[in-house]
Amino acid sequence: MSQLLEAIRSNRDAVLNEWLKNMREGISRRDLIDDAEVSEQATRMLDAIIAVTDESRIANLAGSEWQPIKEMLADLSVSRAVQGFTPSETALFVLSLKPVLFQLIRERWGNKAGELFAEITIADNFIDRLALHTTDSYIAGRDQVIGRQQEEMLELSTPVVTLWDGIVALPLIGTLDSARTQVVMESLLQAIVRTNSRFAIIDITGVPTVDTLVAQHLLKTITAAKLMGAECILSGIRPQIAQTIVHLGINLEEVVTKAKLADAFRLALERSNRRVTRTNSATPAAAPAQER
Amino acid sequence: MAGTVLKTEAVPVRSDADVVMVRQRVRAWVNEMQFSLVDQTKIVTAASELARNTLEHGKGGKLDISMLQNGYRKGIQLVFSDDGPGIPDVRLALTDGYTTGSGMGLGLSGSKRLMNEFYIQTEVNRGTTVSCIRWK
Ligand SMILES: Nc1ncnc2c1ncn2[C@@H]1O[C@H](COP(=O)(O)OP(=O)(O)OP(=O)(O)O)[C@@H](O)[C@H]1O
Ligand SMILES: [Mg+2]
Repeated sequence: MSQLLEAIRSNRDAVLNEWLKNMREGISRRDLIDDAEVSEQATRMLDAIIAVTDESRIANLAGSEWQPIKEMLADLSVSRAVQGFTPSETALFVLSLKPVLFQLIRERWGNKAGELFAEITIADNFIDRLALHTTDSYIAGRDQVIGRQQEEMLELSTPVVTLWDGIVALPLIGTLDSARTQVVMESLLQAIVRTNSRFAIIDITGVPTVDTLVAQHLLKTITAAKLMGAECILSGIRPQIAQTIVHLGINLEEVVTKAKLADAFRLALERSNRRVTRTNSATPAAAPAQER
Repeated sequence: MAGTVLKTEAVPVRSDADVVMVRQRVRAWVNEMQFSLVDQTKIVTAASELARNTLEHGKGGKLDISMLQNGYRKGIQLVFSDDGPGIPDVRLALTDGYTTGSGMGLGLSGSKRLMNEFYIQTEVNRGTTVSCIRWK
């Protein structure tokens, strides 16, 4: 039966000091985190480890008594990921405890080969598994950061612009995967309500691929807009996209389409009983659209 | 499926992000092979449809892209394979508007029209392999 936890407990202060010393030597990124914080984290961690009194549990990290320690490590890894530490720098926190434990074991069981070997193996496994857990959590932390950035980009890339009183436009740019299309289309519908618009122009000039999924989202949005009393005009269908849509068998006959955004805008103006004309005077024209 | 294989690449199809990657890889290939802009768009769109089928209906799989040479002609071959539930009735699945999900039911039949050659190999509970070629 291992006595490792008891050995750590009765040498707590020495172990902690050695551990911190090792860490200071290993961590080069002093700029990212301060000493006091590291030593506070190490103290909490070590105290949590020696709070486990059942020696047999050290072989099984899945047990519930290790849960607080794993959570502590996970929090630490996530915050290191956000602070900009590399995965190996993050794992070093736990790994630098290993030589300290080895030293402790050697001092205690140095003259009993059997125990020495058994305790070293246990300590080795224990620390390795904590380190792996740290790395897994680190990656989860990174994924969270990436996920958040993606969400932010989703919002950034969905500008609904008011072209004129009662006319909004949604210039779509880039790959329309399912998640993004959903967000984009919802923000268009919201903008229609907010601005009380009668016309909405969806411009797909910047969309490289229109497949059945994208088409279905477009058609659903157009139908929903219609229900809210707004008419949609689809613009920016390039020749190669038009041919592909026809071969796919997608029916856009019910949809008002225009080759260019300018044409769609002109149509929306006409349908709302407005017209753009060129004036002969030297003063700049009031209307933003250009004459034919 | 005649022709010598000049070059191949495998792309996993296991997530939405992979479908985006499929489109990007296929676009890079057809661009390099100097297909016309219309043909490029057709091939990428077919790839997008078939990749989504592999993911949604086939529960994930992979795409093998190859460049073929048949005499003086070059072509691109796309082979999507999964070991999902299979297609019980291929004729029905190829009918415009037929879907077992909530799609438009145009992906399979549509991509057949977008490519020059189109073959489906499928076995219920075993999986599905859709291979198609577009010649230049
Ligand atoms: N790899 C596959 N494995 C199993 N079933 C498939 C596979 N590919 C297609 N199917 C079946 O064939 C049907 C028709 O496919 P198709 O791509 O035409 O339509 P869809 O995927 O349902 O909708 P969408 O128009 O959005 O593509 C699917 O609903 C599905 O039942
Ligand atoms: Mg489909």
